[in-house]
Amino acid sequence: MQHVAVPHAQPQQRQFNPYSENGGTILAIAGANFSVIAGDTRQSEGYSIQTRYAPKVFRLTDKAVLATNGFAADGNMFVKKVRQRLEWYRHAHAKDMPLRAIARLIQTMLYARRFFPYYVYNILGGIEEDGSGAVYSFDPVGSYEREACRAAGAASSLVQPFLDNQIYFKNQTPAPGTTHPAHLPLSHVLSLVIDSFTSATERHIEVGDGLEIYVVLAKGSALQGLDAIQGLSELTTTDDGERMFVIRRNLKRD
Amino acid sequence: MDHFPLSWGRPRNDAVDAYGTFPIQQRPNHGQDTFSSGIQHTQQPIVTGTSVLAIKFKDGIMMAADNLASYGSLARFRDIKRLHAVGEHTVIGAGGDMGDFQYIQSIMDELMIDEFAAQDGHALGPAEVHNYLSELMYARRSKMDPLWNAILVGGFKDGQRFLAFVDLLGTTYSASTLATGYGAHIAQPLLRRAVEGREDTLDAAEAEKIIEQSMQVLFYRDARSLDKYQIATITAEGVKISESRKLETSWSFAEGIRGYGAQTQ
Amino acid sequence: MASVFSPPGFDFSNQLRNNFMAQKGLPLPKATSTGTTIVGCLFDGGIVLGADTRATEGPIVADKNCEKIHYITESIRCCGAGTAADTEFTTALISSNMELHGLTTGRKPRVVTAMTMLKQMLFRYQGQVGAALVLGGVDSTGPHLFTIAPHGSTDKLPYVTMGSGSLAAMAVFESGWKANMSREAALQLVKDAIAAGIFNDLGSGSNIDACIITASHTEMLRNVEMPNQRVEKERQYGFRRGTTAWKTENVRSLIVNEEITLLGGGDEMDTT
Repeated sequence: MQHVAVPHAQPQQRQFNPYSENGGTILAIAGANFSVIAGDTRQSEGYSIQTRYAPKVFRLTDKAVLATNGFAADGNMFVKKVRQRLEWYRHAHAKDMPLRAIARLIQTMLYARRFFPYYVYNILGGIEEDGSGAVYSFDPVGSYEREACRAAGAASSLVQPFLDNQIYFKNQTPAPGTTHPAHLPLSHVLSLVIDSFTSATERHIEVGDGLEIYVVLAKGSALQGLDAIQGLSELTTTDDGERMFVIRRNLKRD
Repeated sequence: MDHFPLSWGRPRNDAVDAYGTFPIQQRPNHGQDTFSSGIQHTQQPIVTGTSVLAIKFKDGIMMAADNLASYGSLARFRDIKRLHAVGEHTVIGAGGDMGDFQYIQSIMDELMIDEFAAQDGHALGPAEVHNYLSELMYARRSKMDPLWNAILVGGFKDGQRFLAFVDLLGTTYSASTLATGYGAHIAQPLLRRAVEGREDTLDAAEAEKIIEQSMQVLFYRDARSLDKYQIATITAEGVKISESRKLETSWSFAEGIRGYGAQTQ
Repeated sequence: MASVFSPPGFDFSNQLRNNFMAQKGLPLPKATSTGTTIVGCLFDGGIVLGADTRATEGPIVADKNCEKIHYITESIRCCGAGTAADTEFTTALISSNMELHGLTTGRKPRVVTAMTMLKQMLFRYQGQVGAALVLGGVDSTGPHLFTIAPHGSTDKLPYVTMGSGSLAAMAVFESGWKANMSREAALQLVKDAIAAGIFNDLGSGSNIDACIITASHTEMLRNVEMPNQRVEKERQYGFRRGTTAWKTENVRSLIVNEEITLLGGGDEMDTT
């Protein structure tokens, strides 16, 4: 308990603050023919845990998953509005919106609120129309980029350097006569995701309680050892499309 | 030409370079909007209620709140009702500004009348009520004119328990135990320890005991609380909000204490 | 500040200076704070102190297993919350002074003595030394338990809590404490109170430390419970030799060759 001395003649702000921060961390990694999108499930404010289970990762279509992090009320409202736009698209075009179009839609929706932003970091993961795994990351006002991996949220400053080193092989010289792989296999990626979150739980107070990992597999690709993972359940709705899975794990609760 | 319509018809302000681009294009500041002084938005709560507690148990939801509405540090109203039934399946309980909460009650009552008048065979359940409230609260915070409350929504419909939270920012969440205000710091640890993992075995008597003990601890430690409170029980049978009841408290531990330091007498 | 005359009383010019510098964008460096749940509980003939073991720097965990129960004398211990350095140095200083006090008087120093020394020191620093303490111990007048707030005020109660988890821990005490508890019951209650802080307050975490002090014996139970062990990592993160890139290579011999020339002779040991 730290008592901070407040200097006297300071103006006191008595204005309503429409934002809050609800902690947690999200991350996504794209593979050659899959995409992994994950987030912890703790929702907090200040030093209090509001709930140990509040999902931050949402399935949008059969091949698109959106993770949101920051101010939870804005996040939930934003996901609601994105889903509404996707449903309208389905009614108009009788098909799901492609991933890169969802990414552009999210950009315009975020920038539309440039001067009263959704205080949310978004990461969109899924499968492109060409069957490749993709990750798009956004800032709160709509700047976005397609990447191989991205971490956002409370512990992003802890997780992103780890991913830079382990996914992009930054600061790692390859052995003589070899090169680093452009894409890692699914089992390898999953273990990196799990280790990212158990480590963030160790060193960041707002990360913990539960972990949800969404995996989207491109059309016709093998399970790649996914069936051996504990805590797995399948969310696929069609027989001939992309397959979607979610892995639920416990994280430390302190 | 001046590109800012707000500047039209006003004295020129040469202190501002209207064509500057760095660091950010400056706008002439004309102070507040002409009509802003005529609008009062809630900037702080006035008459306030403190914690609301709620837990899941075997047959449904149990919720509790005391009967106090404070005016700053004054215990102003000592028989205020902070639990309100919405339809036949839902109870809402609120902390924060009591004026705003009573306004919310009137909105919910109106909503239930409209739904009844539709006679479409559908009744709003707790999930719908919570969703409606979260949209309402979020819309008001987005207008920078919030309803200054933290609300618990509990209910039971179609064999399903429902318990969720919404506050003045539109933040929502759900858990098997919830508490607002000081309750989130003081009662929540006790509720979690007593309820987590036992949601499907606790009976009404046990649940009531847990709630009662938490209300007692809150009365000991929350200076804006009262020992008079109500319990709402929502089960398959419907909503039941109890009469006000008194907490049993004991202060005998204080008898042996002398002073705050080296004193012995 | 420019005046050469120094008026009687406290000198707050440094505080004015610090506020001025903070306004100009040069704030003081952030100190490690022990987010913390610390508690104390009186029982039949003794004291149980308890603490969690997490130290934080803002939202980052600085130490996962730090010790917050500090030594004052053999039968007096002190839990510290607040600025980590302040709690460590304050308790260390008072511990030294208590030792000297014991040697001067030739008696076992009393808990109220430590309490008075602590509150007078903290009051002198007007809250700038950010130590929130739970002091407990047993002396010739029996068991005593105090809290000392950073500004120097004290409290004397049969059960006390401090730190960011104090509300969670106090809730457990308020619902579970009884007069004249046994040693085992008191220890269990303290462990429950700390656990409430660990699992409900983000500023507290990791393990439980406890300390049981009776007239004849002090038992320090370091990590008496460890409910937050890390699971095994999925991968090994060793790096291949040669992973780090380099721009230039420069090998130098650091071995100093020394030649010993024997003068004369005949000093060798006779080993026949």
